[in-house]
Amino acid sequence: MRTLYQFHGGVHPPTNKTQSTRTPIAPAPLPGKLVIPFHQHVGNMARPLVKAGDRVLKGQLIGMPEDGVSSAVHASTSGTISSIGMEVVAHASGLPDLCAILIPDGKEEWVTHTGMDYRAAASADVRLALRLAGVVGLGGAVFPSDQKLRSGKHKIKSLVLNGAECEPYITCDDMLMRERATEIIRGAEIMRFMLDAEEVLIGIEDNKPEAIAAMRQAAAASDDKMEVIVVPTIYPSGGAKQLMRILTGIEVATGVRSTEKGLQCFNVATALGIYRALRFGEPMLSRIVTVTGNVRNAQNFEVLIGTPVNELVALADPLPDTNLYIMGGPMMGVPLPSAQVSVVKATNCIIAASDKLFPPPPPALPCIRCTRCADVCPADLQPQELFWFAQSKNFGKAQEYSLFDCIECGACNYVCPSHIPLVQYYRFAKSEIRALEHEQTAADLARERYEFRQSRIERDKQERAEKLAQKEMAARQPAATPEAAPDNSAQSHIQAAAERAREQAATARPKNIDALTPQQQAEIAEIEARRAKAREMAHPDAGRPKE
Amino acid sequence: MLTALLVMSGIALVLGAVLGFSAIKFRVEGNPLVDKIDAILPQIQCGQCGYPGCRPYAEAIAAGEADINRCPPGGEEGIRKLADLLGVEFKPFGGGTVQKPKAVAFIDENLCIGCTLCTQACPVDAIAGAAKQMHTIIAPVCTGCELCVAPCPVNCISMVVIEEKITTWKWKYPVYPLAPVK
Repeated sequence: MRTLYQFHGGVHPPTNKTQSTRTPIAPAPLPGKLVIPFHQHVGNMARPLVKAGDRVLKGQLIGMPEDGVSSAVHASTSGTISSIGMEVVAHASGLPDLCAILIPDGKEEWVTHTGMDYRAAASADVRLALRLAGVVGLGGAVFPSDQKLRSGKHKIKSLVLNGAECEPYITCDDMLMRERATEIIRGAEIMRFMLDAEEVLIGIEDNKPEAIAAMRQAAAASDDKMEVIVVPTIYPSGGAKQLMRILTGIEVATGVRSTEKGLQCFNVATALGIYRALRFGEPMLSRIVTVTGNVRNAQNFEVLIGTPVNELVALADPLPDTNLYIMGGPMMGVPLPSAQVSVVKATNCIIAASDKLFPPPPPALPCIRCTRCADVCPADLQPQELFWFAQSKNFGKAQEYSLFDCIECGACNYVCPSHIPLVQYYRFAKSEIRALEHEQTAADLARERYEFRQSRIERDKQERAEKLAQKEMAARQPAATPEAAPDNSAQSHIQAAAERAREQAATARPKNIDALTPQQQAEIAEIEARRAKAREMAHPDAGRPKE
Repeated sequence: MLTALLVMSGIALVLGAVLGFSAIKFRVEGNPLVDKIDAILPQIQCGQCGYPGCRPYAEAIAAGEADINRCPPGGEEGIRKLADLLGVEFKPFGGGTVQKPKAVAFIDENLCIGCTLCTQACPVDAIAGAAKQMHTIIAPVCTGCELCVAPCPVNCISMVVIEEKITTWKWKYPVYPLAPVK
């Protein structure tokens, strides 16, 4: 029996998971159109490779990963790209982003794809394959997986597979583990091989007995050292740092990467994506999405990336009083700006919300500094202090209190007796600090460039003054005898240059005239003839043009 | 009496020597206050303050020649920081100062005649181009100072306001109902 550890705090919100686990994962039918954003991952936006009117095949690369941290984007089905432009995407801002609109032709015609032997190939090639397959973390952070599979200078002891899925309502990982455990384990084997990890620890919350059983069975069949570990149900045990803490007792400090502590964490769905990408060469074209909340048939669907949310939700039969869709869970999810936005790689759950299901919070009261939020904070922060600093825009102080360690889990919101939207304050403060930092780097760059320009102008001025002084000196000195002085006149320079050019022309031979095909020779002859004719027409008197 | 005089003048000489030595040894190049003021200024280098750049303006403030409310790109936030640093009262912008949204210059490359007047005007070398060649703005380093707009003889430079994108979007300050105090 393995000793489990605890992280600080945590809450027990009602899980509401049974509604959507009654039926198996259903494939969502092909929608009328797919809106595929080019920026679905952390890092740089993918560069579009297609244009309006192009016919694309299922799995065809339509967005090339740009330098550094980035990932590829693919056509989720075969069809025609009707346009490429700015569309509102699934983001809290409600702002548009670059998307390709794909009209499916219903043929589901695949692009040619083959798997690769990851054991034989070089690690860099495998990672490139994953990058081009658009494999990103499906746990919510959508960080490109190829970046995390680099076996760096730190020895990885434990690979943690995150199947905790602690957030209420969401069941996509649960259903995936129940139905596709073997494929997940195959993916875990690939990751373990690439990271050269000693063991694989699979953490699953104890409210998913079917998933635990399925994963245990699949893990037992593996040759690698794998262990399915049942962890107690407490929110947010599915946070990467929190799960690593529960399973190994290691706490990853601020500014330290988990790899430095010999740990790396992946979501179970990511493992499946890695397996399918390497075994079959299938890029990430679909994902499992839980559709739940204010609907009649809450269920998990396998959804093509780019499917509009309204078409997806219609499959679950939403109740008429639904007035909002939330992407993610009730704790961390963001309200969608409209139901027309599309499912992206980060969409793990769509909750249809109504005022009855999620009544609006009562009016907020002042903070009474009860520190209940500090008791439940899984990052061991002082949320009441952070709230105070964020509210007064005292960002320096907020950073001193480790604002950026906040994982925005919402546990503090959940317990606050004054109903203060604390996480909103932290999000506000974080984005303000990021913007200020960005402005500061821009100002530093501008200062550096301005100062360089000033010094360059100064230098040029000095050089010019020196040159002038030299010239004046030379002019003042008595001229030497005219014979001895080198001929510096413009005429002689021109003469010398003309002579040089003549010499060069005499020695230079035209290039690319060796080994010509008869066809090229014929072409040359034809051109020469045309030239001769032109010359003749220009100078009818001259017998032969002089060469 | 004489001893006292000798002792006092001896002390005076020693102290004078120490002071003289440290004045040379620990001499501070330039005014450190200028650097602090310069760090607050936004480095747009637009010259709207009436000085040929942020550094000269900082020097003028440090010398007490210029007011702290002459930098529109820095905003009221900038004035507040300067007031804090210098220990003076906050002073709002005078009349006629308009704060514009952040923008970058844009050259209509079909109209550009390659006169290089704008490259000479740009304080941060953010314009690439040579004589009789088309010019273009290096947008990531353009500060939006508008100094290139006026010199252009064919009016091919315009200012494009930077629109909010998903990558630059910020969470807003939370607004929510408060319970009335009874």
